[in-house]
Amino acid sequence: MPASTDPDAVLSGGDEAGPPPPARATARTGMSWYEASARQRVAALCDAGTFAEFLGPTERRTSPHLPLFDLPRAFDDGIVVGRARLDGKPVLVAAQEGRFMGGAFGEVHGAKLIGLLRAALQVRPAAVLILFDTGGVRLQEANAGETAIAEAMRAIAALRAAGVPVIGLVGGRAGAYGGGGLIAGTCARLAVSESGRISVSGPEVIETNRGAEEFDSRDRALVWRTMGGKHRRLIGGADAFCDDTAAGFRAAALDLIARAPAFDLATLEAEQARLAARIARFGDCRDAAEIWARLGVNDPDAVPAMEAAAFAETVARVEEAHHDAR
Amino acid sequence: MESLTFRHATTKALPGAAPHAITGVVASGNLEILLERVLPPDACEVAVETPIAGYGAVWAAVVADFVARVQPGGLRISINDGGARPDTVSLRLLQGARLMER
Repeated sequence: MPASTDPDAVLSGGDEAGPPPPARATARTGMSWYEASARQRVAALCDAGTFAEFLGPTERRTSPHLPLFDLPRAFDDGIVVGRARLDGKPVLVAAQEGRFMGGAFGEVHGAKLIGLLRAALQVRPAAVLILFDTGGVRLQEANAGETAIAEAMRAIAALRAAGVPVIGLVGGRAGAYGGGGLIAGTCARLAVSESGRISVSGPEVIETNRGAEEFDSRDRALVWRTMGGKHRRLIGGADAFCDDTAAGFRAAALDLIARAPAFDLATLEAEQARLAARIARFGDCRDAAEIWARLGVNDPDAVPAMEAAAFAETVARVEEAHHDAR
Repeated sequence: MESLTFRHATTKALPGAAPHAITGVVASGNLEILLERVLPPDACEVAVETPIAGYGAVWAAVVADFVARVQPGGLRISINDGGARPDTVSLRLLQGARLMER
C-alpha cells in the first residue's frame, strides 16, 4: 500500500503509475480468461491503461517463508493489487495468479488483499473486484494463510456494511477453493464462467479423505457438475454466468456492481433461510443432475453440453438462480 | 536454491523508455523475468534464483547469447525460475526486452 493514507492518493494517481498501457486492448479483451495470467486479466478487464499497481514486482515484497522450503518465490507473491477505472468509475482490483503455487494464500499474498480491502473502506471506490484463482491456503505458510482468509472475510463484511460492493470473478484454472471459496462466499456478488469452479474442499481433498468411491477427482465431468460454473449459477451460488473472456467478465462485473444487495439483517436472515431450504430440498441428492431436475430443469443431462444462449434460457426459468439474498 | 549472477558489458543501451517490465509466471517449466532500467547504458546484469542446482554453465550460455543478440544495455534482469528449459528462458528474455522497448 502507498504510505499515504490520503484517500485521493490511493484512487487518483501519484507516483505509483506502472509501465505504459498495453496496445491492442481490443484483442486482449477477447482472449481466454482461463488461459490468461493475472496481469493480462487485470489489463483487459479494466479501462485501457488505467491500472496502477500497489506493491508491484519491483518492490520485491516476496514470501519470507518459501526459501526455508527451498521453493522459488514470485516478485508479487502471486497476487496483483491496485486501482483502476471500470467504465470510468474508480475501482480497486485484486487478481490472483493461479499458476504460481496454485494461487494459494501465503502471508504476503494475503496481506496484499487485506490491505487493499481495508484501503477501500477509506477511499470508497465504486466497487472492489477480486479475480479469484486459488486452491486456498499455501501449506508452507498455513498459519499466516488461514489468518489472512479470516481477516479478508472480516474486511469484506466491513466494506459491504459500508455500502461498497465487493464482486468476485471466478474463471481461472485453479478455481476458488479452500479459503478462497470462503472469501468468494463473502462477496456481494459472484460472476463465474463455465470453466470456473467454486467450493471449499477440492476434488483431491475429498478423494483423499473419503475415497474415490465417494468422489473420483479424475472424473472431470463429475468435478464440473459438482463445483463448476453452470451448477453454481443454477443453484444461485453465483449471480452471473459469463463467457470465458475479459469482455464477458467486464460486462458481468458492471452489471453486478449495479445490483449488489444491501448488507443488513434482513439480507442475512434471507440468506440463512435460503441455505436451510437448500439442504432440506436437495440434501439427499447423490448427483448435481438430480438437483437440476428438482430445480425444474427439463433435461438435466443436457446441461453440461449446453451452449451459452440455451443455458441462459434455462437459468431464466429457475427461480433459485435469482434469489437476491447473499 | 541456487543463486547465479552474470554481468556483461554491452555496446549500446536498449532502446525504449519503459522503466520496468515483467513477463512470465513462476510455474513448473516456466519462469518470471523482471527487467529494470537502472544500470549504466553499457552494462547489463542478470540475476537468477533457481531451485534446480547445477546448471550454471547452461544459464551462462543462454544469458550470453541473449546479451549478444539484444545488447540490453542499462537493464538489471532478475529471474525467478520454476525449472524452465533453456529455450523457454531465451524466449522469455526476448519477450521481456521487447516490453522494455515500448
